[in-house]
Amino acid sequence: MTVRSIFVPVAAIVIFGLLWELLVWANGWPNYVMASPSDLPPAYSRYWELFIVMGWQTLWRTVVGLMLAIVFGVLLGMVMGFSRTMRDALYPLLVGFNAIPKATVVPIVALLFVGDHNFNTILIAFMISFFPIAVSVSIGLSTLEPEYRDILASLGASKTTIFWKIALPKTLPEFFGALKVAVTLAFIGTNLMEIVSPHGRGLGALFDSGKTNSDYPLMFAVLIALALMGIVLYYVVVVLEKIFAGWAERSPTY
Amino acid sequence: MSDNLIEIKGVRHAYRTKAGPLPVLDGLELTVPEGGFAAVVGPSGCGKSTLTRLIAGLMKPDHGEVWLHGELVKGPKSTVGMAFQNPVLLEWRTILQNVMLPLEIVPTKMSKREQEDRARKLLALVGLEGFEDKRPSELSGGMRQRASLCRSIVHKPEVLILDEPFGALDAFTREDLWQTMHKVKAEEPFTGVLITHDLRESIFLADQVIVLSGRPAKTQYVMDVHLTGERDIEHLYTPETAEALNILRHQIQIAQGRTTENGGAA
Repeated sequence: MTVRSIFVPVAAIVIFGLLWELLVWANGWPNYVMASPSDLPPAYSRYWELFIVMGWQTLWRTVVGLMLAIVFGVLLGMVMGFSRTMRDALYPLLVGFNAIPKATVVPIVALLFVGDHNFNTILIAFMISFFPIAVSVSIGLSTLEPEYRDILASLGASKTTIFWKIALPKTLPEFFGALKVAVTLAFIGTNLMEIVSPHGRGLGALFDSGKTNSDYPLMFAVLIALALMGIVLYYVVVVLEKIFAGWAERSPTY
Repeated sequence: MSDNLIEIKGVRHAYRTKAGPLPVLDGLELTVPEGGFAAVVGPSGCGKSTLTRLIAGLMKPDHGEVWLHGELVKGPKSTVGMAFQNPVLLEWRTILQNVMLPLEIVPTKMSKREQEDRARKLLALVGLEGFEDKRPSELSGGMRQRASLCRSIVHKPEVLILDEPFGALDAFTREDLWQTMHKVKAEEPFTGVLITHDLRESIFLADQVIVLSGRPAKTQYVMDVHLTGERDIEHLYTPETAEALNILRHQIQIAQGRTTENGGAA
């Protein structure tokens, strides 16, 4: 981490905030039309306890949903990556499932498991985020060049050995690419449940109460808090990627 | 038991495709004595790579037999080493770890220390000293192919199968690697089968050149190569070599169906 790699993104955020402030100021918008960054600190200081409690609820449910999506997505990707038949069979189902707007699934899930708020929220976060993981893992595995398999297979290595030694590590860059997409999707899923089927938990519920009370600065403060959590989780994935798939990043050749 | 390490007898094989069976090999005969080095040449798409997979035990022929060291090949054996046109190095491992990969699969009596020493020795032999801890992406194509070569012999295979290993390299790098091959063969004796498109390469490296006919391939012509003493690139420019090359070129043309046996146009 160089000074530059921290300074540049921070400067970009500061400039973005200033432009936003300027836009609101120049148009003379009252804060029930559009809140400005200067409205945020009062909102945070007034509701900071709620932000911590509900932020935590949103965060842990998102992370659990994402974990489930990783486990299920990787397994599904493996099944589709290794078997042509399963790929042909499952792709249309998956694409169809993914095409259904999850906002319409929320009430169904809420009715199916009435009262299990945590479970419902995790389920939606999971459902919205496993798709890219499954697809990328299956593509990574099915496009493995046959020579990679042959060098180990010709030595009598088992399928399992080939999977652990070659197929799995070779798929990691694709997997992490998909995980970056899945992280943000999982947040969308959690909040969808929290907003559409309000049960008084999570940042989505806080947003909803801001809406009910016409507290616009609070609504914006929730959005910014969500964005911050998204950024943090995204960079957790980036760090993991550097550790486990850092080899895929090439230094420039001369 | 014969002294032939590799014996391929009357092999026929067809791939099942949507348009019906596609015969690729039909009457393939090949024998390589222990320590011999056979080059297989032939028109493109004539089933040369199928041949490598048969010897490696990665597939079974429809008819005929493949024998290695007096044993009928029924599946993959750890006594085979393979290298391809694509060096297929694992990007997440260092060069040294890549070379040591077969030792993680093949049962070996070597200790970890000895395994590493052997890998380092081979890398030095092919001129990759100092690159042990580099990643494959940091190496040039020729260097990657050298590393791939080390990996294919690290477990001391009886049979080394080379499937156009130098096909994607530029001419100078290729000639360098031919000489490296000779050095390796002198230090680490093996019985080899080389699949190639390059007639000069076949004459320079092998002691036996087998010309396959076009698909479905059968053994069309076998030439023994007698380049005496230490081979260097100059041997490729002698009159005998030129003559041998001419014969081979003519055989390839027959295989392609462009010329008849008598030299007239088909």
